[in-house]
Amino acid sequence: MATVEYAGKSFEVDEDGFLQRFEDWCPEWVDYVKESEGIKELTEGHQKVIDFLQDYYKKNGIAPMVRILSKVTGYKLKQIYELFPSGPGKGACKMAGLPKPTGCV
Amino acid sequence: MAKHPTPMLDELEKGPWPSFVSDIKQEAEARAKNEKGLDYQIPVDCPEDLLGVLELTYHDQETHWKHGGIVGVFGYGGGVIGRYCDQPQQFPGVAHFHTVRVNQPSGKYYTTDYLRSICDLWDLRGSGLTNMHGSTGDIVLLGTTTPQLEEIFYELTHNLNTDLGGSGSNLRTPAACLGKSRCEYACYDSQLLCHTLTNEYQDELHRPAFPYKFKFKFDACPNGCVAAIARSDFSVIGMWKDDIKIDQEKVKAYVGGEFAPNAGAHSGRDWGKFDIEAEVVDRCPTSCMSWDGSTLKIDNSECVRCMHCINVMPRALKIGDETGASICCGAKAPILDGAQMGSLLVPFIPVEEPFDEIKEVIENIWDWWMEEGKNRERLGETMKRMGFQKLLEVTGIDAIPQHVSEPRNNPYIFFKEEEVPGGWTRDIADYRSRHQR
Ligand code: HEM
Ligand code: HEM
Ligand code: SF4
Ligand code: SF4
Repeated sequence: MATVEYAGKSFEVDEDGFLQRFEDWCPEWVDYVKESEGIKELTEGHQKVIDFLQDYYKKNGIAPMVRILSKVTGYKLKQIYELFPSGPGKGACKMAGLPKPTGCV
Repeated sequence: MAKHPTPMLDELEKGPWPSFVSDIKQEAEARAKNEKGLDYQIPVDCPEDLLGVLELTYHDQETHWKHGGIVGVFGYGGGVIGRYCDQPQQFPGVAHFHTVRVNQPSGKYYTTDYLRSICDLWDLRGSGLTNMHGSTGDIVLLGTTTPQLEEIFYELTHNLNTDLGGSGSNLRTPAACLGKSRCEYACYDSQLLCHTLTNEYQDELHRPAFPYKFKFKFDACPNGCVAAIARSDFSVIGMWKDDIKIDQEKVKAYVGGEFAPNAGAHSGRDWGKFDIEAEVVDRCPTSCMSWDGSTLKIDNSECVRCMHCINVMPRALKIGDETGASICCGAKAPILDGAQMGSLLVPFIPVEEPFDEIKEVIENIWDWWMEEGKNRERLGETMKRMGFQKLLEVTGIDAIPQHVSEPRNNPYIFFKEEEVPGGWTRDIADYRSRHQR
């Protein structure tokens, strides 16, 4: 496991660049990851998706289904990809500090 | 010479079947020689380290790949299966060993030019190892590193005019039997339908939006050469409505021994002289055939289109002219609640461009399953949980006897309130006026 140093903070990450511990998440993390996820400027839309993912994860212990993410944020899947080019799993969940998606991906 | 000793794998170079070990060694050698002078973008000894880690696995009898892996290309939510070795120091050549799924042409017909261009791309940016093809149908490029993914994707799309296949909770890469291209049993153009629907639903294939994975497969007749009924959530199986065409002269040629039964498929063993009674008439599952010594008759109203007689006497018996397909739904592997094969939903549907009737069934199913399907619940499981009746309702299909192999034998029958005179709202006092407590 690698350790990333950024803006005076350090983060433990896996090979795919997902945080090892949700508790390590902080706004600097988003700033650090955004470039590798193809995001130049963080907008309100990004923040809304990240906030909802974190909220949902804290309450339910899992990431929401894509359908629920769309319903609650009001963003269609197409808009989510416009915000996060690598999609809700690899892009948004990674930036929100959620654990890596698993299963037959 | 070889980087790692592989005594166990070496055993698998013996015997008559093409040895994957010999082939991988050959690729390892070719990379070491590098006769084309390529500037290899991933470790040159990747195939050798793969053999090394595989030998270790044979020794330990445990896999040496880490759990999962999330990599991909911008714009898509799937297409690449990330994978990392759990002994990267010992086998640095396969520290990253991601698999790229590449969408194959329907029926898997290729030109050497095309395959060469794929190989050129993969030699430079990958391990040089492939799977031709994955069970779902994709060309599988086996083993590369994360920084190469966008490079490969750029070249695939810009130079080879080829896209990635599907992975994740989405529409996976559809596949078809070779259909009308070289099979006289084909009731519809399975390749064209496969190709058309693959293009139609690109968004659903590249960006996971479903509760779980969803697969299409297209068999142009009930023989099921792409195994649609067992390996796809939505199976389209060729079918005909009218009569089987019989050429009595050719039937006699089979009886006379001029033509070999089953096109000679059983010629490796002496099964005796062809006996049309025993091998065809008596084997018909509905006993709807008869042979009086000179004429073969079929009562087509009782024929279930099982293909047996046509398969045995392909020169004499042909599928009908009024062709189309059946649609079956819900096939899946055992996890979670047991294996399923497709259940008949549409007995007969026309298959003609632009395939609007078929698209309508698909989209009605998706509208329902995307809304009602639970997280990681295959269509077949949603059908079990919510009932086949519900599937009929959302697809607007009337229930018919063909929807069941047998009627239910338990009496736990739900009725809709509007079907019952008086409805469900009852007053106990009214009841008591007739029945004392
Ligand atoms: C770690 C988890 C898994 C991995 C790495 C994995 C990997 C794969 C791969 C590589 C293929 C072949 C894809 C292709 O040929 O294009 C495949 C096919 C398939 N997988 Fe999985 N899989 C996993 C979990 C599952 C689970 C949990 C299920 C069932 C609930 C499942 C059901 C299937 C089915 C039905 C096929 C298609 C088989 C066919 O087309 O004949 N897989 N899987
Ligand atoms: C539409 C109404 C009913 C249905 C569909 C129904 C169905 C069933 C079924 C399937 C069983 C299990 C039989 C077995 O173990 O093989 C059963 C058992 C039983 N039912 Fe009913 N039942 C109904 C009404 C009633 C009523 C009105 C009563 C009593 C007034 C009743 C009393 C029982 C009893 C006592 C058993 C247990 C018998 C035993 O295991 O020894 N049932 N019922
Ligand atoms: S499924 Fe039928 S039509 Fe398709 S290749 Fe097989 S036998 Fe021919
Ligand atoms: S197709 Fe099958 S059911 Fe129909 S006549 Fe031939 S053997 Fe009988």
